[in-house]
Amino acid sequence: MKKIIKYSLLDILRNRIILAYTLLLALVSISLFLLEDNPAKAIMSLLNISLLIVPLVSSIFCTIYLYNSAEFIELLVAQPIKRSRLLWGVYLGMITALLVALLLGIGLPLLILHPASTSLHLFLISCALTVVFASLATLSAVLTRDKAKGIGLSLLLWFYFTFIFDGLVLLVLFQLADYPLDTAMIGMSMLNPIDMARIGMLLQLDISAMMGLTGALFQDFFGTGAGLLLITFVMLIWMAFPILLAVRRFKNKDL
Amino acid sequence: MIIATNVQKKFGRLVALDRISLSCNKGQTIALIGPNGSGKTTFIKCLLGMVIPDSGFITVNQENIHQNWQYRKQIGYMPQISRFPDNMTIEQVIDMVRDIRYQPGQELDEELIDAFDLRRQFGKRMRTLSGGTRQKVSACLAFLFNPAILILDEPTAGLDPVSSELLKDKITREKAKGKLILITSHVLSDLDDLVSEIIYLQDGQLRFHESVSQLQEKTGEAKLNKVMAQIMLQKTAHQ
Repeated sequence: MKKIIKYSLLDILRNRIILAYTLLLALVSISLFLLEDNPAKAIMSLLNISLLIVPLVSSIFCTIYLYNSAEFIELLVAQPIKRSRLLWGVYLGMITALLVALLLGIGLPLLILHPASTSLHLFLISCALTVVFASLATLSAVLTRDKAKGIGLSLLLWFYFTFIFDGLVLLVLFQLADYPLDTAMIGMSMLNPIDMARIGMLLQLDISAMMGLTGALFQDFFGTGAGLLLITFVMLIWMAFPILLAVRRFKNKDL
Repeated sequence: MIIATNVQKKFGRLVALDRISLSCNKGQTIALIGPNGSGKTTFIKCLLGMVIPDSGFITVNQENIHQNWQYRKQIGYMPQISRFPDNMTIEQVIDMVRDIRYQPGQELDEELIDAFDLRRQFGKRMRTLSGGTRQKVSACLAFLFNPAILILDEPTAGLDPVSSELLKDKITREKAKGKLILITSHVLSDLDDLVSEIIYLQDGQLRFHESVSQLQEKTGEAKLNKVMAQIMLQKTAHQ
């Protein structure tokens, strides 16, 4: 599996998308800190941008890369390699490349410009979102044979978690305004990894005014420590579940 | 070495393989023949675990191949249409497969790389290669690890006459070493003097599996294409 990670990583580093992504992230994080005097505000802006960009790039890049390496996979499937290891290898290669980009694009500028625990937190949350959306993208690429459909599916997932989900939550909230929904809302926010990431960051920042309903509920219900633990746990499930399902499907896929 | 029992595969409503049972032994060179869409490539892909049969099972050296990968160490495969990562050079592709598959103490067979004079083109990227050169790379990879079973799907399609002869010579030499070789081809004259058995598939069904000498006796013809023509005529006459 190490060798497959090595070869897919080499292949990814050869194409320039990852480089462009790194530069974009670095540009955004550096310019935000240069424009903003208050580092807490800069962190907030960076959080909002990375909550949008990181999942998007992670989804699209992973789906396209998986379809583009169809030849690589086809060549190796006929070789004595376990299928699950093949997919894990490509997946880990993609994640490594994306995480390196995050490290250089967000991690390093933050370390230099604002070395604080909130910065570390923001970096870790971006990493978690990268892995979650890489898993989802891998799943959609394995499920659909058609490239356009696969990319469409992973874009739709991103769109759903970024925009549609909040709308649905609001809808439920207004429709059922007469009922006590506090606990239900906490449960619902767990269904969206981006929400989880946002709440996780806001709990750390301790600015309840900006937390929104779910964030405030979270803090109220669990307190900061237990809340973060729960969020970590939920995020781990979001990382593991799609990729495990994808590997399972890939094992029985006709190539 | 290879035993298939009741292998069935459907793609949607299309029955690609209809309860195929056959066995192939060491030292045989077998031609898989059949019209387009008769299930030859699907069967080969089942052997390699690239396509998973709906029912039935296949064993290679008494090992069930379902969800198994170790058995592929004994197989060299040359696909009908070889697809390679576009950005890699010939050398990188060969090195990569070698790196991934090589086991200490294994003897590598680079005869074909030399015969095709591929080293001169080692720096070329796969995307720039002609169909024939891709085919050559694919052939080299199939023979590289000296496998006990060779599966060649249309090996001579796209090759020029010289290379085609080189490949056939190579197959003959491997045959002499007692390997099991499975070949599909539509150019029956390519298979003359090469194959010892014929498996005929049609509409996903196994029509017959007989040795060439038996078939020659039955039909009274020596050349493979005449033999097959006779058999097909007889079949239609029967119907």
